[in-house]
Amino acid sequence: MALASVCGFDFKAGKSKLSLGFGEGFGGPSAVDALAASQSFTVPQGIDISQNLARFTDEKSDVKIHFDHGTTTLAFKFKDGVIVAVDSRATAGPYIASQTVKKVIEINPYLLGTMAGGAADCSFWERVLAQQCRVYELRNKTRISVAAASKLLANIVYDYKGMGLSMGTMIVGWDKRGPGLYYVDSDGERLDGSVFSVGSGSVYAYGVLDSGYKWDLAVDEAYDLGKRAIYHATHRDAYSGGVVNLYHMRETGWIKVSQTDVQELHFKYKAEKK
Amino acid sequence: MSDRYDRAITVFSPDGHLFQVEYAQEAVKKGSTAVGVRGDNLVVLGVEKKAVAKLQEERTVRKIALLDEHVALAFAGLTADARILINRARIECQSHKLTVEDPVTVEYITRHIAQLKQKYTQSNGRRPFGLSSLIIGFDFDGTPHLYQTDPSGTYHEWKANTIGRSAKTVREFLEKHYTDEVAVSDTETIKLALKALLEVVQSGAKNMEVAVMRRGKPLQMLESEEIEKYITEIEKEREEEAEKKKQKK
Repeated sequence: MALASVCGFDFKAGKSKLSLGFGEGFGGPSAVDALAASQSFTVPQGIDISQNLARFTDEKSDVKIHFDHGTTTLAFKFKDGVIVAVDSRATAGPYIASQTVKKVIEINPYLLGTMAGGAADCSFWERVLAQQCRVYELRNKTRISVAAASKLLANIVYDYKGMGLSMGTMIVGWDKRGPGLYYVDSDGERLDGSVFSVGSGSVYAYGVLDSGYKWDLAVDEAYDLGKRAIYHATHRDAYSGGVVNLYHMRETGWIKVSQTDVQELHFKYKAEKK
Repeated sequence: MSDRYDRAITVFSPDGHLFQVEYAQEAVKKGSTAVGVRGDNLVVLGVEKKAVAKLQEERTVRKIALLDEHVALAFAGLTADARILINRARIECQSHKLTVEDPVTVEYITRHIAQLKQKYTQSNGRRPFGLSSLIIGFDFDGTPHLYQTDPSGTYHEWKANTIGRSAKTVREFLEKHYTDEVAVSDTETIKLALKALLEVVQSGAKNMEVAVMRRGKPLQMLESEEIEKYITEIEKEREEEAEKKKQKK
């Protein structure tokens, strides 16, 4: 195969990782059906992906595939739920590919996921997560908890650990335990927390977020804090920009609060200083 | 070698029966009786303890198994089959806790066991499990449950039920005597389970094994002295009833 030979794959050498199924995790019969087939990747036989990944990501390699990582996303819990704020810029190296990317994935009316890292990785796996959550709901006649949903995603990506998935996401929801916020990434990390920011601009966002954060924030103060933190990240980080998409996770589900261009915020905050 | 196992053992008869499953249900009917009663604040399981041989150590015969802190199971039928199912159920309880970060609901684990039983009615070279089970427990929201499964893989929720030997007689007894007033009182619920067992078991605490699950507490196996106490109470009540009837005449 032409592509394979360009990439230098040697099909005869090494053992492959078997294609992964999705076992009896949720009380269903062991999956030999369409449900599992749609989620499990047929991993190419005969090669070790983790070892060969360097061929693509190494800067000196002949095959230049550049993964988009630039972004700023944040989420924080407070007394009235969870605020999620994201930017909307996608970059491929120095080129701004888009200023209108939707980095919040609406998994279902009471679960949100954010996107940071590889856009395709995030949106694909979070859609798979949505499917799994729905099946859980149908089987168990109750909504899935945020802890379980985030664990599902973490376990899925852990199977692909080392194979080049790039995903840093926050799973946000409201279940019987109250507001839920989990950070999940493609290294298999899964953390419970009150404040997270993910992406190249997260360092700037954390500065603003941490200095203004209180559990007792009023709703409009929380909205302002989220927007402000993203704005400051977009101001300093070249790979973040576009608009701020702001969501609020409440007991009755999420609402999309606003979409504000960062330039507008720039002048607004400038005026405030005077 | 494996093609010898390619033929299904459980196949339909011309008139729509799965005979292997029905034969399995016959095996259940020969097993020792188990009774379950659900109260408002506790659930009781009682099983008939068959007399052990003189030289046999009594404690190796355990018919009530703990699946997790808040779920227990009693069965009627093939003990060896039950052991397999119990082991799988125990693993599933922990697996569920790991992936979902919540303890299983009684319905979930019952469904899992039932699905496993059903799989074995539709597999090559395997026979159905020869047992019915009574599963009791509390969900994490505090509601008590009692479920029954049978060899075909169906499951239903019950307020009170019995499986095994003389199940029909005992169930009729339960239907006659189970009321909401009984369910409200912890002692009445336990006594109802004992009364139902006494219908088929020769009187005596040494022929019964009784377990009580209370909300938020671990499974409690009643000591034989406690069972004797309840039985004495029951017998006293029955005498008083008989006296009253005599006096009416």
